[in-house]
Amino acid sequence: MAVITRGFGGRRRDDTDLPPGQYRTDDFPVLSAGPTPRIGLDKWELAVVTETGERSTWSWAEFTALPADEPTVDIHCVTHWSKFGTRWRGVSVDTLLADVETAAEYVVAHSYGGYTTNIPLEDLLDGQAWVAYEFDGEPLVPVHGGPARLLIPHLYFWKSAKWLRALELRLDDEPGFWETAGYHNYGDPWREQRYRAD
Amino acid sequence: MARAAVPGRLTWQAATVAATRAETATARTLVLDVDGWTGHVPGQHVDVRLTAPDGYTAYRSYSISSAPGPDWLEVTVQAVTDGEVSPYLVDVAEPGDQLEIRGPLGGWFVRRPADPRPALLIGGGSGVAPLMSMVRAAMNPTRLLYSTRSPSDALFTSDLATARAAGDGLVAVTHVYTRVAPPGWPAPPRRLDADALSRVAWPRDADAVAFVCGPTGFVETVADLLVDIGHDPANIRTERFGPTGG
Ligand SMILES: Cc1cc2nc3c(=O)[nH]c(=O)nc-3n(C[C@H](O)[C@H](O)[C@H](O)COP(=O)(O)OP(=O)(O)OC[C@H]3O[C@@H](n4cnc5c(N)ncnc54)[C@H](O)[C@@H]3O)c2cc1C
Repeated sequence: MAVITRGFGGRRRDDTDLPPGQYRTDDFPVLSAGPTPRIGLDKWELAVVTETGERSTWSWAEFTALPADEPTVDIHCVTHWSKFGTRWRGVSVDTLLADVETAAEYVVAHSYGGYTTNIPLEDLLDGQAWVAYEFDGEPLVPVHGGPARLLIPHLYFWKSAKWLRALELRLDDEPGFWETAGYHNYGDPWREQRYRAD
Repeated sequence: MARAAVPGRLTWQAATVAATRAETATARTLVLDVDGWTGHVPGQHVDVRLTAPDGYTAYRSYSISSAPGPDWLEVTVQAVTDGEVSPYLVDVAEPGDQLEIRGPLGGWFVRRPADPRPALLIGGGSGVAPLMSMVRAAMNPTRLLYSTRSPSDALFTSDLATARAAGDGLVAVTHVYTRVAPPGWPAPPRRLDADALSRVAWPRDADAVAFVCGPTGFVETVADLLVDIGHDPANIRTERFGPTGG
């Protein structure tokens, strides 16, 4: 039943690693809802807050002294671009949660600037997610979420909150900014979960 | 940040190119007929899907540039050199051709026509497309600042002149030319700066909302300048098209 578009040839590539509906770009587009927050490293703080309100916090010096990983991953934006082999440096969420007591099943990521996004906790554990502060060997620039952003390569990239400020652990699921604006609650690129009804 | 509204139905729908209108040498507007289309909120976009005869598909997002209305909508596409989809839409598609769309999408970069707050719309290049929909539907005071390289790169030239001339005085349009200004233009070509912005921005106590759309570098610069001149970051909404190089 597909509608054929006369005269359209397309520029196909054999990219078996591309999720459905994605195209490959070598560029690094920027998408965000408002101005780019500029956060001084002297004021920067990352917090993990449990469902009982217990807070663990890291200053920039403390955070960047934590053991770091250097993941090379493919990333997929809901606006249909995918970027292969991106190189990051960051702290695994496993490391940040190592000493945290929690029964939570959900996390809300909070950003400087007010953005939020929700993720099941299990999607952040076991080496699947990082708080990244370098891209391609350089400090992460503000437009891409610097000083530090979440990096969850297996979900659409709006889940990888830029300008990360806190991870709030919760017993219940609380949809975030785009999730309440009609986007999918989970956002698996391989199942094309773009919008709420997908 | 404010919570935003939910988009409508999201199945792919067949759309027929009903007409095309050249905007510049490299951009054009496509009028799309869609059965059962129920309209949009200015600022929303559609995903466009093109399918080749062998089943290969490509998808891109395009803002709706027309005012809301049933049964048809318009998108305005700037051809990107070496692009996959935009050159097809600008140079190849013709009336009668079919493609598919999904939407309207996006609940954040939207201005409801009845929103009483004054709006400052700032567009760079093809980023003016969603702002044009806001201008066309405006029921409350609206200022548009449109930055292009030269007059021949400007989209919607006659529509903007008409909007400005409409007797109700709701819409004010200011052009900024960054490389080539029209003959007799009072200022030399230059990039948007704090000074130019301060002159069109609403006073601080006006509770104005700003919509900034264009290439990433443009949006970054303008949003930063707006914050610098005292605009509340919570009242600045941005949408970025295209590459960054960063
Ligand atoms: C929400 C949203 C709304 C949009 N609305 C519009 C609109 O109203 N009108 C419009 O013309 N475009 C709009 N775009 C951009 C559009 O979706 C495509 O990215 C654009 O048409 C290029 O697609 P392409 O297939 O021709 O190029 P591609 O094949 O995707 O890219 C070819 C090359 O061009 C570069 N490139 C990609 N996009 C741009 C760009 N915009 N400018 C310069 N270089 C680019 C790429 O990095 C690549 O190197 C919108 C994008 C978004 C996310």
